[in-house]
Amino acid sequence: MITLNDVSKTFTKTFKKGTSIKAVDHVSLSIEQGEIFGIIGYSGAGKSTLIRMLNGLEKPTKGTVKVAGRDMGAIKGRELREARKEVSMIFQHFNLLWSRTVSENIEFPLEIAKVPKKKRKARVQELIKLVGLEGREDAYPSQLSGGQKQRVGIARALANNPKVLLCDEATSALDPQTTDDILDLLVDINKRLGLTIVLITHEMHVIRKICHRVAVMEVGKVVESGQVLDVFKKPAAPITKRFVQQVTEPEETKETIEHMLEAYPTGQVVQLSFIGESAETPVLSDVIRSYKINVNILQGKISQTQNGSYGTLFIHVDGDQSEVARAIDYLHKQDIGVEVISK
Amino acid sequence: MIETYFPNVVWERISEATEETIYMTVIALVATFFLGIILGLLLFLTSKGNLWENKLIYGIVAAFVNIFRSIPFIILIVLLIPFTKALVGSIIGANAALPALIIGAAPFYARMVEIGLREIDKGVIEAAKSMGASTFTIIWKVLIPESLPALVSGITVTAIALVGYTAMAGMIGAGGLGNLAYLEGFSRGQTDVTLVATILVLIIVFILQFIGDIITRKLDKR
Repeated sequence: MITLNDVSKTFTKTFKKGTSIKAVDHVSLSIEQGEIFGIIGYSGAGKSTLIRMLNGLEKPTKGTVKVAGRDMGAIKGRELREARKEVSMIFQHFNLLWSRTVSENIEFPLEIAKVPKKKRKARVQELIKLVGLEGREDAYPSQLSGGQKQRVGIARALANNPKVLLCDEATSALDPQTTDDILDLLVDINKRLGLTIVLITHEMHVIRKICHRVAVMEVGKVVESGQVLDVFKKPAAPITKRFVQQVTEPEETKETIEHMLEAYPTGQVVQLSFIGESAETPVLSDVIRSYKINVNILQGKISQTQNGSYGTLFIHVDGDQSEVARAIDYLHKQDIGVEVISK
Repeated sequence: MIETYFPNVVWERISEATEETIYMTVIALVATFFLGIILGLLLFLTSKGNLWENKLIYGIVAAFVNIFRSIPFIILIVLLIPFTKALVGSIIGANAALPALIIGAAPFYARMVEIGLREIDKGVIEAAKSMGASTFTIIWKVLIPESLPALVSGITVTAIALVGYTAMAGMIGAGGLGNLAYLEGFSRGQTDVTLVATILVLIIVFILQFIGDIITRKLDKR
């Protein structure tokens, strides 16, 4: 559905003469039809520029951007405007027209597409129902909460039945509960309409919760990409590890572990990571039954991703030294990640 | 009783002068509104980072606006006498004041339009673009509606300035309340005439401000 082939984008004029900023640096990606694809990176990583090339708001300086069969970097004028009706976008700050009501905002792209008035009204009703805004049709954006504003944004983006939905930090201005509601809505839309969704974010939580595949960006380059679960299982780049830690390890984990190492001079502290199916097998009870050891659960967390669950568990294993060693050996043979935390 | 306080006031002259002032203000205001919006849009669209970014056109329009906004109005009228004569055929009367009024007020309003347009969130324009809107659609359905409260409060301020301009134009023969206050009030030492003319100008200004405020408040849904 979307193919980026060796795409670069350099900005020159915005800064002092002679200096140039490489916002996107030789990026190649391909995104399948019906997929939810996430691009994660800190601010300044180039992800905003990248997503804007997908609807022609930015033009690549090098490489080609193909979306739904069109070369977004080459087309312009009417052809580009037509293409944009198939590739719609939602924004971090919603970007609604404050002078229009909810219905009128949703109607706006239909007016642009010159849909006759009667059809517009019917379509607006459908969309309001789809995003759950019944009863707020005549409210102005200033009377809505952040979550409701983003629902209007989503309804507006879906009005012309696009093939691709681009989400530019769509949940970054929302509180955690509202973020989850909006993410659920996106998944629902993806399943119901078979829409391809590309989103950019700096929150791993968003990737974990709804994306099928992820690309990690740092200073304009894609440093890592793959199935979300695989990236969680074996993050390669340091930046990816940091992002993964955002969701798998609560912030206080490090302190807790250090404290535990001091508190338990004997035995071993082990970090287990469970991926997919293994998260649901009773490995721990097997180990306790088979070996003469004591197991103390220190901390644990399981996260759901779109391709399965992922969890980490910190345990303290104590008992006869050789027995502990054999138990850890057994764990190693299971389909789980095992890491002994050294003192 | 009125006779005792205002012995020299001829009420027919007063109502005639008021009509002239209102006539000049309204006609000049309508023309200024359209011309100002066109110039303001041009300034905004051709400025840096906008839809029609163009240094040359921006420079020309900005220079035009700055020059005509800087010339004191009383001098502008004198400077425009040949132009007025060619356009209207006379330099006396309410119609003769119109070219100067419009040329004096439109650049002033154009700057206010530009400021109003600049206040529109860039993201909203980007959103419209991302939906496939043409520049015309963006102007008509985004820029103007979204800046409408600023456009209206700007035209209110301009309208009040215009009332002041008509008084100045009046001094050199355009008629209206300014003409009355100067010729029949000041020159002939009839203070009561000046006073009545002033009160009427004030009433016109208050009414304009009142109407402008109500419309602005009604439009602003932020």
